[in-house]
Amino acid sequence: MGAFHSRPDENDIRHLAEKTGFSVEQVEILHRRFKQLSRDEDTLQREHLYGIPDLERNPIRTQIVAAFFDKRNFDKDSPQGTVQEIGFEQFLTVMSHFRPLKLRMTEEQREQLRLEKLQFLFNMYDLDNDGKISLEEYRHVVYELLSQNPQIGNESAAIADAAMLEAARICMGQMEPDQVYEGITFQDFLKMWTGIDIETKMHVRFLKMDNTTLCK
Amino acid sequence: MQCKKLKERVSLLVVVLLLCSSTKAENKINATTDTGGGGGAPPSGYKIVTFNWQHVMNPYIISVWIMVASIAKMVFHMSSKLTTIIPESALLIFLGLLLGGVVWAADHVASYTMKPTLFFFYLLPQIVLDAGYFMPNRLFFGNLGAILTYAVIGTVWNAAAVGLSLYGVYLTGLMGDLNVDGMLDFLLFGSLLAAVDPVAVIAVFEEVHVNDVLFIIVFGESLLNDGVTVVLYNVFDSFIAIGGVNVTGVDCVKGVVSFFVVALGGTLIGIIFAFLLSYISRFTKRVQIIEPGFVFIISYLAYLTAEMLSLSSILAITFTGVCCQKYVRANLSEGSATTVRYMMKLLASGSETIIFMMLGISAVDVSIWEWNTAFILLTLLFIAVYRVIGVVTLTWILNRYRVVPLGFIDQVVMSYGGLRGAVAYGLVALLDENRVKEKKLFFSTTVIVIYFTVVLQGCTTKSLVTWLKVKRSEHRDPLISEKLHGRAFDHILSAIEDISGQIGHHYIRDKWENFDKKYISKLLMRKSALKSKDQILDVFHNLNIKDAITYIAEGERRGSLAFIKTPSALQLVNVNFNSNKQSEDEAPTSSVLREDASAICLDMQAVELRRKSLRDCEDVYTHHLLQQYLYKPKKQQKYNYSRHEVTSNEDDAQEKEIFEKTMKRRLASFKSTKHGVSQSKKLAKHYKKDPSQKKRSDEMLSNGGQLVFHDPEFSDPEDPCEFDVISNGGSNFISNVARQALADTCNGIDNLVFIPEEETVTRQALPPWATNNDTVALSQRAQVQMPWSPNNFRRLMPLRLSSRSTDSFLLADIPVPEEHPLSFLPEGTAL
Repeated sequence: MGAFHSRPDENDIRHLAEKTGFSVEQVEILHRRFKQLSRDEDTLQREHLYGIPDLERNPIRTQIVAAFFDKRNFDKDSPQGTVQEIGFEQFLTVMSHFRPLKLRMTEEQREQLRLEKLQFLFNMYDLDNDGKISLEEYRHVVYELLSQNPQIGNESAAIADAAMLEAARICMGQMEPDQVYEGITFQDFLKMWTGIDIETKMHVRFLKMDNTTLCK
Repeated sequence: MQCKKLKERVSLLVVVLLLCSSTKAENKINATTDTGGGGGAPPSGYKIVTFNWQHVMNPYIISVWIMVASIAKMVFHMSSKLTTIIPESALLIFLGLLLGGVVWAADHVASYTMKPTLFFFYLLPQIVLDAGYFMPNRLFFGNLGAILTYAVIGTVWNAAAVGLSLYGVYLTGLMGDLNVDGMLDFLLFGSLLAAVDPVAVIAVFEEVHVNDVLFIIVFGESLLNDGVTVVLYNVFDSFIAIGGVNVTGVDCVKGVVSFFVVALGGTLIGIIFAFLLSYISRFTKRVQIIEPGFVFIISYLAYLTAEMLSLSSILAITFTGVCCQKYVRANLSEGSATTVRYMMKLLASGSETIIFMMLGISAVDVSIWEWNTAFILLTLLFIAVYRVIGVVTLTWILNRYRVVPLGFIDQVVMSYGGLRGAVAYGLVALLDENRVKEKKLFFSTTVIVIYFTVVLQGCTTKSLVTWLKVKRSEHRDPLISEKLHGRAFDHILSAIEDISGQIGHHYIRDKWENFDKKYISKLLMRKSALKSKDQILDVFHNLNIKDAITYIAEGERRGSLAFIKTPSALQLVNVNFNSNKQSEDEAPTSSVLREDASAICLDMQAVELRRKSLRDCEDVYTHHLLQQYLYKPKKQQKYNYSRHEVTSNEDDAQEKEIFEKTMKRRLASFKSTKHGVSQSKKLAKHYKKDPSQKKRSDEMLSNGGQLVFHDPEFSDPEDPCEFDVISNGGSNFISNVARQALADTCNGIDNLVFIPEEETVTRQALPPWATNNDTVALSQRAQVQMPWSPNNFRRLMPLRLSSRSTDSFLLADIPVPEEHPLSFLPEGTAL
């Protein structure tokens, strides 16, 4: 492992913990994991993530890995484009989208969290970053999502179409005849998710326990 | 009003019952006389008709009880208000009390009581199996930690706290002098009352619709705490048998060990039988008639096996249901699956009804009652208080680990949902009076507790839930996007766990799913089932079918088949399906078609001429129509004597085929829309060129006829004009027959050119149900939205994009190409 010798000092960790909402222990564990993944480098590259054996069977791993290198997800100043490698802070910021809820939270905080989580999801679909999930993009994700089942194959496009129509119906209601629904905007995306409490779904339990040794 | 009605009905039932019980009383006399002379005296001659009540008595009485219970249930549901105020379970208990009272008044003997064997062997298993088989597995396993905590620790706590507290109060002498051995009796009593009852919980919470997580926790707890209760009960019962003084430390250790053995053993039995059941269901293809039987009989065997080995039978049958559901549902044919579903519900709700009624009836027996105010009241108090304490404490601990914490309101509902029911009754009835001297008191108290919790808490749960604004579960149509997002979510979350190196819930689920896919499903599922098991596809397919059915039903309601020709004017949404990739492939064809279209449009005048001979067309059309839809005259029902198969009758097949044809047509139109070419404006120009046509526009456009010419399939070598006229005239004919001016005017507006002139007419022509005030601000097209095309035709309808339409009749005649890119229905399902 040997992750400890390049361990950031206490202040850094505390700073990161405050910034991302993780506890100090969690930051330390994630840092160890980061080092493990990056083969003890300071930055992480796509190949490192692709190298995780458990991820291999994940049909949408391209999207997920891309999300880590997407500036929209960690760079508030210039949320555009992708990067080749990320540092620990960026890694942590992306991870922080999956923090669970706290027991005591105001409504506003919840709402904020919800927006953040949905934005993350939205970015995953919106490949070209034009603020819209076009049918093409949707089809692409759906295709990958269903690619594990060889029987679906062709139908994935139809399913994506149907889902798109659903989105159009929910978001636009009745449309003018020559009006064309170009894609799901973030506002539409929010509308589709009303009623589903994503904030209780999109989370990962970040343990305080270190089990990096168990995972490869 | 309703009360009066109800009274009438109840009195009717009472009459039935009186009749029944008086016959029974009579028979007692008969029986005594019969036994005197039955064997000895030779019959005085051959009797044509004999009255053999004794012969049929037992099954007869059972059947009458079941019928009474079922009729009662029916009556309760006749008034919709009654069951919303008082839960059905409470009503049944009241009815039972009433009937029991009547029987007792007639007989002075409580002839009908619920025997524990009856309850545990014949009434309980199906309820639990139903619960297991329809368990939302994901939710259940997702919250398994919380459920187990409440079920195990909560139940032990309840049993111990109630038992010890009662013992403590007993020592103060407040209850007077009880004939008890000591602490153990109270602990035994505490343990049999500790468990929350699945039957009562399902009965009450089913009507309340709290949110999923809350429901699964209360419900899961009630199912799983059985193992604990049974163990505690057995342990204390045998300790009493040994004698309080002789219990050693070793016995206590054995008790703890037996808990694990009983609970885990029961679960294991369940899993083994689930495996067996799934495996068998893989090979039942040839014996579809008995297929559903396997589900019930093997599950019941699991229950009995666990009972035989003195393991937790409830856990066994629960886990049989939970584990087999995925594979069995995939393996069984559609018909069998429906049979299983209905049978399961029938058995479960039937025995639930009987249980609650019996609970009422059994209480009417003076000989078993023993009143001790202090004891009964204190029991009620302790049960309520310790339930609250247990829930709050355990939730506090759980919330430190739960990702989604349980809020205050959830805790209130959970505390309040601690209903005791028939399991407690069964256990208390099982007590041995020689060992437990105060059985009568325990029995009375248990009955009171059950009544108190089921009736009082059951009645108030609903208002409590409303008052506290507990998050309710929403029933809504499954959306495809939701399913897709859900799927994506699973993958994302497990990927994040992989990346962050956590072994969490998603990680485990992901691994399990992979394992299941790789080995278990392959072993337990039919090959054909393996192929089409994807859930997303199911949802997609079902929604499509639902749409098609609504579509056809709406059309039929209008009394005409003209609806099939709904032009694209009804488009509610337009999505640009003209994606880059697709258009690359298809650009050539669509451009060709476009040329074709204009060429054919010129033929319109020729077509017009032919239209004049409408009568001919009608004939041709009728023929065409009959050929398509009523291809065979209805045959007399063919009787089927085979016991081993059910053949669908002719009608069904015919309906199915009509449905399939329509589906096919929809799909074909789906395909055609993929070109997504906007042509309506071009089309309009053609019409403008011909002023004479303007007058007839109304009539003509109604047919959607003009749009036919743009159909991609039109380039087919078949004689296009022929069909054209047929369909034009035909639908016109039909709409004439239907006397629905609506279709005409509405569709007339389809062509934007005519809007100014038609506007006023349209408004008037719209039937009242079609004029929707909300849509006034919308476009013309929105206003004239057909009443029979609700928005939810989205998956099929909208795909016929904005300005394109297809002639459905025409398409039906053209075989859909095999390599149809969008024939998205799984093979062998609808097409």
